Amino acid sequence: MPPKVESGSPMRPALFRILDRQEEIPGCLTLRVEPESDEGDSGFKPGQFYMAYVFGHGEVPISVSGNPANSKELSFTVMEVGSVTRALCAAKLGTAIGLRGPFGSAWPVEKVKGRNVIAVAGGLGLAPLRPALYHMLHNRNDYGDLTLLYGARQPQSILFQQQLDNWRAQAPINIDITVDAAGREWLGEVGIVTELLKGRSIDPAQTSALICGPEIMMRFSAYALLDLGVAAENIHISMERNMKCAVKMCGRCQYGPYFICHEGPVLSFDRVERLFKIREV
Amino acid sequence: MVSIKGIRTLLVENPFFEGMGGGRPCRHIDMLAGCGKLVHFKAGESLLREGDEADTFYLIRDGHVAIESAIPATGPMSVSRVSAGGITGYSWLFPPYRNHFDLRALTRVSALALDGACLRGKAEADHELGYHLMTRFARVMLDRLESARLQLLDVCAGGGA
Repeated sequence: MPPKVESGSPMRPALFRILDRQEEIPGCLTLRVEPESDEGDSGFKPGQFYMAYVFGHGEVPISVSGNPANSKELSFTVMEVGSVTRALCAAKLGTAIGLRGPFGSAWPVEKVKGRNVIAVAGGLGLAPLRPALYHMLHNRNDYGDLTLLYGARQPQSILFQQQLDNWRAQAPINIDITVDAAGREWLGEVGIVTELLKGRSIDPAQTSALICGPEIMMRFSAYALLDLGVAAENIHISMERNMKCAVKMCGRCQYGPYFICHEGPVLSFDRVERLFKIREV
Repeated sequence: MVSIKGIRTLLVENPFFEGMGGGRPCRHIDMLAGCGKLVHFKAGESLLREGDEADTFYLIRDGHVAIESAIPATGPMSVSRVSAGGITGYSWLFPPYRNHFDLRALTRVSALALDGACLRGKAEADHELGYHLMTRFARVMLDRLESARLQLLDVCAGGGA
């Protein structure tokens, strides 16, 4: 269990410095940060998130996208979608940001040991899944077949392209990527990510799934997995909601009976399937 | 020279005709086989062109095919891909029998090509065959319609971080 340096003051951000910024795709960066002192907690479980404070701009929840085995630093993959993320993406090397966390539930990488695992990612959803992939590949013998199904809008939108190529070449993981539309330079699959699940030969009793992406993509991916016979309790999704306190106080992230900052973001599908059908939630 | 028997067997084995004849060649498979021939394409070759008369549908046996449309100033864009076991081309079913997309071989492709006019004639003469064909095509169309709708919803845009 990683130490909780911030456990006494979960509302107080610890200072981290930006070590590196890598553009993944236009408008999307991966930032590597390290704690400025022992106060910063960089130990996290795959799937957990931090509240990132850009001073003078505000605070946003961001899942960790880096390797959990690297305890000295954190990586966040951030898309410019609002004023805080724009400021985060514009921050220069050495800039100090505040981090609170880690918060929330994690991908059940212990629970799925011994089973085949299908990770389904859509768009930027690959980023919060990546720590789980790092973990499972690092402990490869603990798992059965590993599969990553990834959907992006177009070939230019594929995150971590170099790493996916390396994993394909070196790691015992099956990676299938599809894009919504592509020019002739793309020789891969074209279509939505759920197409990669259709007709797939799996052993549903021995298969667990981890899904991350836009909610509609997770919903249809979960339905496709249910169609293949995978039990709802073995399908895990990462929910996204606006957050403020991240410590189950403000209610901003409430989703039915759950606080996504606390019971989530990772939830098994049997817990949320009913909520997915309630349009007002 | 490929024998009719070879085409019958290939039709029975194809997932598209699963259940027709209970896994064995039957009257309907015999009728379909009379409309079929084996074809091969090199990578980059065109199987169908947008605007041309729609007279063929393909059961892909091996290789990958891109469904494309040319966009001015952008070039050809692939909107779907069909691989071994899949089917492509159903504009021959309804007037005006014109292809709506280009089909291009991404790799070397082996396929069974079925003549649309021949199939229409046989389906008209034997409505049971027509029913079997239409239920199979309707299933594929429903599947692709759902996929196209999800593509329109842009389900992979952003999200998840």
